[in-house]
Amino acid sequence: MKTTEPPAPVPAESSAAVAKAGAPAGAPSRKTKEGGALNVFSHGILIIWAIMVVMPLVWAVMTSFKSDGAIFSSPWALPDKLHFDNWSRAWTDAHMSDYFVNTVLVVGGSLVGTLVLGSMAAYVLARFDFPGNRFIYYLFVGGMSFPVMLALVPLFYVVNNMGLLNTIHGLILVYIAYSLPFTVFFLTAFFRTLPASVAEAAFVDGASHTRTFFQIMLPMAKPGLISVGIFNFLGQWNQYMLPTVLNTDPDKHVLTQGLVQLAVSQGYKGDWSGLFAGLVMAMLPVLAAYIIFQRQVVQGLTAGALK
Amino acid sequence: MQHGKYRFIVGFLALPLALYALFVVWPFIQSIYYSFTDWTGLSPDFKMVGFDNYKRMLDDEIFWKSLQHSLLFALVLPVVTLSLALFFAFMINVGGRRRKGGPVITGVRGSGFYKIVYFFPQVLSIAIVALLFAFAYNPDSGAINSLLRGLGLDSLQPLWLGDPNLALWCVMAVLVWSQVGFFVVLFSAGMASIPADLYEAALLDGASRFTTFFRITLPLLWDTVQSGWVYMGILALGAESFAVVQIMTTGPGGPDYSTTVMVLYVYQKAFRDGQAAYATTIGVALLLVTLAFAAVVMRLGRRERLEF
Repeated sequence: MKTTEPPAPVPAESSAAVAKAGAPAGAPSRKTKEGGALNVFSHGILIIWAIMVVMPLVWAVMTSFKSDGAIFSSPWALPDKLHFDNWSRAWTDAHMSDYFVNTVLVVGGSLVGTLVLGSMAAYVLARFDFPGNRFIYYLFVGGMSFPVMLALVPLFYVVNNMGLLNTIHGLILVYIAYSLPFTVFFLTAFFRTLPASVAEAAFVDGASHTRTFFQIMLPMAKPGLISVGIFNFLGQWNQYMLPTVLNTDPDKHVLTQGLVQLAVSQGYKGDWSGLFAGLVMAMLPVLAAYIIFQRQVVQGLTAGALK
Repeated sequence: MQHGKYRFIVGFLALPLALYALFVVWPFIQSIYYSFTDWTGLSPDFKMVGFDNYKRMLDDEIFWKSLQHSLLFALVLPVVTLSLALFFAFMINVGGRRRKGGPVITGVRGSGFYKIVYFFPQVLSIAIVALLFAFAYNPDSGAINSLLRGLGLDSLQPLWLGDPNLALWCVMAVLVWSQVGFFVVLFSAGMASIPADLYEAALLDGASRFTTFFRITLPLLWDTVQSGWVYMGILALGAESFAVVQIMTTGPGGPDYSTTVMVLYVYQKAFRDGQAAYATTIGVALLLVTLAFAAVVMRLGRRERLEF
């Protein structure tokens, strides 16, 4: 910091200790004015971005309640009346209900699988010394930075040869495999932070390794499992590229795919309002879940990057 | 702890490792191998062709376009997104009015609210975001142009995604929109852990907020910024850019290939054109670009670690 910076501010103004003792009686100094102007400025900027974030979402919700004609003639007007039929049309005719069920099945299966298999591998890698430990760890972790698309071309044929193409369980297995790198990375670090003494005590008392893991270590790792679970839940629920390649049967589509398909086919049918209803339907559950579990979601999603 | 240790290790590692090897590692190895063959993906017969695919790639104009766009994504997106996020995070955490008797540095009122709202796009699928903006960009009935009309700017009605000069920037803007919030929250957490007395000392010395940002906040946050940079770059080269370009632009790939990116080109060659071997070749190029990007950022960004 250059000492020549003019003008020198009044030190007393900036010191919290003096402020606490009672701010000097003088007129508001330059410093506080700067603070005030900055305050207005920062609020202004922050509000603009907040509006930019919220506007498209509000627009989508509004549009989902409009008639097709109104969507084109006056995109920003409020709906004349709430066309709930858009929603029911999207839910049944546009198969949103099927896509929901498929998504829940795929994500449910792969989330459980990812957490169980990921924590098993991570526990062994974090707690046991054996030849090849480091190699296996880096094999898993390396998967985080490689472009998935490169593997997808041969993967399509691997999955096809196993008869798993366009099946729910095939998709589950692939989701688990591609979620393992981050999960193993995160949980290995987490298991390392847990005290070793508890597991040793259980082992001395005659519990097997397996029992120690499931009855002692897993419950202790709950906070880590929740974080990484939320991370994987959102990643898998929102997954688009993997199902686009591996799940081309329209009956097996997941939500993201189904919506994109719907958008493409709207070119012929012109049911835009139904499509927007579908879009909002797909957005609302995650947004609602986020608002309710806000703290956990933010922790889960940023946990990886802070490590 | 020796009894049955190895049986336990093998038992616990076998299944995750097998799944990972079969669906992730093995396809990666295969795809590098396939890039030296003439495999179409449609028939099981193929033969080795050496570097033919790579030679073809170097002469492929569309490949160069996609490479150019992917590089632009990897350079522009992290810079814009991280700068915006740093700016917002600084405003949220440091831009507040100083209350009497309060700490010298305060966050703005309602900082929690901003962080919640900014994070919205992050929980939505990029596919859904892309769809939403594809409609918003629609020149006739989209939200953006009708908003411009509403503001009296009737003459300003760009074609957005239909304009070859504009389409790529429209797509990038969507990625920025969806990612900024994540980094705002990430950086806010980092800024909150910077001790307040550092700011107090700087303000005592007469530093402006501008100076405090560049001399205190940014250096102390550097590790987080750097890993965010790598993360954003990998994302801009990979799955996220695939989703936005594939969903939003016509073709897909935009008018006159103006928005095609490498990851989309791999997909189209493999699953649309039946040229699986050539697709893996472009995939290998994408891998090299990704690794080079990460290496460059890590090297450029290396500086002494500051302890506080």
